[in-house]
Amino acid sequence: MKIHEYQGKEILRKYGVATPRGIACFSVDEAVKAAQTLGGSVWVVKAQIHAGGRGKGGGVKVAKSPDQVGQYAGQILGMQLKTHQTGPEGQKVRRLLIEEGADIRKELYVGMVVDRVTQKVCLMASSEGGMDIEEVAAHTPEKIHKVFVDPVTGLKDADADDVARKIGIPEASVAQGRAVLQGLYQAFWDTDASLAEINPLILTGDGRVVALDAKLNFDSNALYRHEDVVAMRDLDEEDPAEIEASRFDLSYISLDGNIGCLVNGAGLAMATMDTIKLYGAEPANFLDVGGGATTEKVTEAFKLMLRNSNVKGILVNIFGGIMRCDTIAEGVVAAAREVHLSVPLVVRMKGTNEDIGKKILAESGLPIISANTMAEAAERIVAAVQGKVAAVQA
Amino acid sequence: MSILINKNTRVVTQGITGKTGQFHTKMCQEYANGRNCFVAGVNPKKAGEKFEGIPIFASVKEAREKTGVNTSVIYVPPPGAAAAIWEAVEADLDLVICITEGIPVRDLIEVRDRMRKQNRKTILVGPNCPGVITPDEIKIGIMPGHIHKKGRIGVVSRSGTLTYEAVGQLSELGLGQSSAVGIGGDPVNGLKHKEVLELFMNDPETDAVIMIGEIGGSDEETAAQWYQANARKPVVGFIAGVTAPPGKRMGHAGAIISGGKGTAQEKLAVMEACGIRVTKNPSEMGKLLKSVLK
Repeated sequence: MKIHEYQGKEILRKYGVATPRGIACFSVDEAVKAAQTLGGSVWVVKAQIHAGGRGKGGGVKVAKSPDQVGQYAGQILGMQLKTHQTGPEGQKVRRLLIEEGADIRKELYVGMVVDRVTQKVCLMASSEGGMDIEEVAAHTPEKIHKVFVDPVTGLKDADADDVARKIGIPEASVAQGRAVLQGLYQAFWDTDASLAEINPLILTGDGRVVALDAKLNFDSNALYRHEDVVAMRDLDEEDPAEIEASRFDLSYISLDGNIGCLVNGAGLAMATMDTIKLYGAEPANFLDVGGGATTEKVTEAFKLMLRNSNVKGILVNIFGGIMRCDTIAEGVVAAAREVHLSVPLVVRMKGTNEDIGKKILAESGLPIISANTMAEAAERIVAAVQGKVAAVQA
Repeated sequence: MSILINKNTRVVTQGITGKTGQFHTKMCQEYANGRNCFVAGVNPKKAGEKFEGIPIFASVKEAREKTGVNTSVIYVPPPGAAAAIWEAVEADLDLVICITEGIPVRDLIEVRDRMRKQNRKTILVGPNCPGVITPDEIKIGIMPGHIHKKGRIGVVSRSGTLTYEAVGQLSELGLGQSSAVGIGGDPVNGLKHKEVLELFMNDPETDAVIMIGEIGGSDEETAAQWYQANARKPVVGFIAGVTAPPGKRMGHAGAIISGGKGTAQEKLAVMEACGIRVTKNPSEMGKLLKSVLK
């Protein structure tokens, strides 16, 4: 789960990480008032969306007067902000963060993730903060300093100080750097974060170490023990189809192709998508119905896929283990009837009660195309969608 | 022979009284030597009771003392699953297979750290995995037993149904399996591809191996590089997720491409460079394996 920058900063402040003073706003009036409340002579108007690269996309502006804050707030609120992380359609801006301006002497980078190899939290830091950290990581990896944190001791003073010095924090500010790094680690650990990033972490003209940005993602498996984090969820930032899917315990992700696929198991679902591509088309979604699919769940899965107007055909690929093929077949027939399915449907079923399942499909009277292997299924749905080959009926 | 488990393995089921635990314990009991192998269950509140004739104990330690179990299988729900793993480790079992899906990563970091620091001998498989099967001997986990066939091919995979797919293809081609191991899709887990590959390389009754991977992490690359230096038997591979977009989590916590690392293309290239034959068509995993057999 992701949260907004201003929410991330709220969490970090509780852990002793210094941030600029700021106020979250939902309207132009609120933005102007926020600037007046904050005082000073420079303000930053920042679009709040769950994607990076906001500055490059025009979602961050520096204002020199409360009027200008209002002017920029008016421009940014409601815009479709396009960044390299939003996709071509962009993301609508509904919230702003108005912050006091900062005197930036140096931009640094700090991030944290779980490292799969050492099975520890890895702290990454660099003197080269700012917008092009991906470039730094790709071309000058020696400029990224790493510490693998012992889960029992946490981030030790000596390790934090060492990293602070390596990324160019001057001696007089090292203690502040340590506070930021240790605060970030503790916040990461306590909230079950899966990713934390401060980019940039800045050194100000007067030697303070301040988090100018904050990005936190959380382990969805641990949300049950973090009500405060769950309360920060912003459904406007999520794909409505994915939210709907989660209500039925379906794992669904929208993609750009035109062949909907319904599969049991994440690995097999990805393999099915790959097979569709291998036969010259693109999948419209990832959809894992999980281990305990019922007729209702299959029907909901069909409805979800068909909400996407790009879908020109559907491929169902089920390896029946614990889940029986006859149950799935009944679900598929019921779903196809209920949604008045008008696009080609190819079903490949394998495993437990395969024969009964195939019989149910064949006797349904529905134009369902049957296939024996994943490859055959992909080939047939691609052909049916492209209208090249007459469908082989079940 | 086989790897990890055989007909002499004695199993305690943690979470035997839950719905999932009950269902799968019955299925495992019915498979091959299951009735002899599944000899104990654990639930502190139901100690002294029985499930399908299997005695339930208050702790893994007690189950071990009373029945001599050496392996545990875990169906305990996520909030208590890491503690269940640790209980089995503390009881000094040889092997723990954790089926539970959805355990917080932090809990696994802690339990894995303790296992390492205390130099524990227990091997962990999973979590979030289908389990391990040695066909015609014993099945520990949630895989459908009937698709398997006894034989000399090893199977190792991060995903459940994709493993069944590979096993199904092998069995249809008349190629049985020595053992099939699902290592699970979580970012922090127990056995990895490399270690399972090593077990198969050392198993005199395994002739060749199918290794199935997924996008994310670098386990497959590590295994491939180890294989290059230690190849003794043919290995073929498939990586799921060529079409997965970066930054999107595909069901498994592990299946996510971040920072351009862990793509299917990259993994396939490393595997090929290390002498593992790969296919981009998951329907041809079995055929590819057959083609490399002498």
